[in-house]
Amino acid sequence: MDPLMPPPVRRIAIDRDPHVAAPRPAGVSNGAAAVAGGAAQLRTARPEVTHVSERMRTEAVWLAYGENWVVRDVTLPVRQGEVLALIGASGSGKTTLLRSMNRLTEITEGAARSGRITLDSRDIYELEVNELRRRVSMVFQQPNPFPMSIFDNVVYALAEQAPARGRRRRRTPELEQAAEEALRRAGLWEEVGDDLGRSALKLSGGQQQRLCIARALAARPEVLLLDEPCSALDPISTATIEELIIGLRETVAIVIVTHNLQQAFRVADHVAFMHLGELIEYGPSSQVFDRPAREQTRDYISGAFG
Amino acid sequence: MATAAISPSPGEAPVAVPPPRDRISAWPIVDRLAYLLCWVTGIALCLIAVAIVLYMFVKGIAYLRPGLFIQSPSPSLHQTQSGGFRDPIEGTLIVTAIGIAIAAPIGVGIAAWLSEYGRPASLARVVESAIEMLAGAPSIVLAIFGLLIFSKGFLSFLSQEAAEGALGESFINAGIVMSLIALPLVVGSTRAALAQVPDRLREASYALGKTRITTIRYVLLPAIRPSMASGIVLGMGRIIGDTAIVTILLGASLKNEPVGGAPILSTLRGTGSTLTTYVYNNSPAGEGNSHEKAYAAAFVLLMIVLALNAIVTRLTRGGERPEGRTGRVFQLWRLVPGLR
Repeated sequence: MDPLMPPPVRRIAIDRDPHVAAPRPAGVSNGAAAVAGGAAQLRTARPEVTHVSERMRTEAVWLAYGENWVVRDVTLPVRQGEVLALIGASGSGKTTLLRSMNRLTEITEGAARSGRITLDSRDIYELEVNELRRRVSMVFQQPNPFPMSIFDNVVYALAEQAPARGRRRRRTPELEQAAEEALRRAGLWEEVGDDLGRSALKLSGGQQQRLCIARALAARPEVLLLDEPCSALDPISTATIEELIIGLRETVAIVIVTHNLQQAFRVADHVAFMHLGELIEYGPSSQVFDRPAREQTRDYISGAFG
Repeated sequence: MATAAISPSPGEAPVAVPPPRDRISAWPIVDRLAYLLCWVTGIALCLIAVAIVLYMFVKGIAYLRPGLFIQSPSPSLHQTQSGGFRDPIEGTLIVTAIGIAIAAPIGVGIAAWLSEYGRPASLARVVESAIEMLAGAPSIVLAIFGLLIFSKGFLSFLSQEAAEGALGESFINAGIVMSLIALPLVVGSTRAALAQVPDRLREASYALGKTRITTIRYVLLPAIRPSMASGIVLGMGRIIGDTAIVTILLGASLKNEPVGGAPILSTLRGTGSTLTTYVYNNSPAGEGNSHEKAYAAAFVLLMIVLALNAIVTRLTRGGERPEGRTGRVFQLWRLVPGLR
């Protein structure tokens, strides 16, 4: 660990360890460490987090599309105050697991599930689905702003269901303030604050993605799910968004799916490595990247597959 | 030097390199014949279209007088006293307004249900075939069916009482049946547009905790507004051009004849005519036998339909523009309550 960077204070109590297949005894630390070691300097400055608490949890979750099990028996905690990165090759079930956390898997025909997913210890299937999705918001791989103005995009998320009548929502001071706050949190206010009436589709890709994050933040969610949020963006936009994610983890629990290992290393506090639907390894970022317990993790991290 | 060609200096104007020419003389003879055939048929169709417009233009302009628009038709054997086509123009407007006011919201609703819900699938298939049936049914069949229904005595408030039940001929009745012939066009274009909306837009809305209805109303319908509007305009064109329904369900009377005393309702319950039946009646085939006025009215009809087509083109092109906005003038959907 970088000595200049004291580890964040973590008071965490987990009643059950994340389900990881028992690691084989192996004192291994070679190829992976090289990647992680080289990347150590790349790690973005991380603001202190004063409080870490568990918000969501998947317990022995199995997910299937039709006949195929795509997620097998995954148990994972999601904590506010830290970023959890899901890594793994394509088809490892990361995105499906992520989508199940706000029940977006339900949209897909033939999706099935077993196990429990909880939000603040309550089964998410006991919650009303739209309330759940307001509390557990999601940002997608492709920026997907609505074809409306920037203001309307952000405000759309705020309205309970149907917003006030009229195409252009009336700009009440409360809405203005909420929109500004969301845009500030997403680091977009400086760039678009002067003209919120502009069409969201005229923004650049990076700006659009930050608008989507602002939109997701506007409803003040407790958990933010990010599905490869930077894969369609250039490195500069990516850096902006990564910084943003790290800054947000104090107030929102964050889960990010990424194919980019450097990114996982840069933003994540905990990393979960999945392969073919199974959770292979889970642990603090530094541990998974420096001293992966499993050979598969080591291979993946050192670029042997994926 | 190769690099010079790739990166020209800032001062030089870029020179367009034409793509290598595909020479027809190098084609096989069959291809050349097929090409010629396509070309000839295309040109022939253009010529026919131009001929119709030109002919109607020449004939129409020759007989068109401003007075024709403001005079009501009157029964007279003399051309000078038989009036104009003010009533038929009003009739066309009324029937179109009623028809589209019914077809637009229902059509959009059906399309949204088919595209966004569509369950149970068997019911969706039934609805689809029903729409196809409507699209394919000759309008005179629909008109006769309408007459059958609307001449029931308890529906006489829609038209007027007659010896046995109701007359069944009125603007309301014609408008209702007209909505059936416009419906498939509205459903078709709305549905096609909804199918083209990328799923990520829906997911974005669901992920924010929005219901399907909210998503349809505030994300999907605004996104497809141009296509929806062009479907509506196409439907209007179809209503304006229909003759059979007017003949059977509107009476195709010379003048619009109100029924009862209520100010607007009396017109709506009454009989009347539209431009199509006016053209028919005044053509050499009809009774009026004032073909000059028929030409003038036909010209007006053609102009209306061409204008509608131009609006459709404009709307659909507008939908492809990145900002997805169309000119305010053409925002016809604003006429339809609840769509906006």
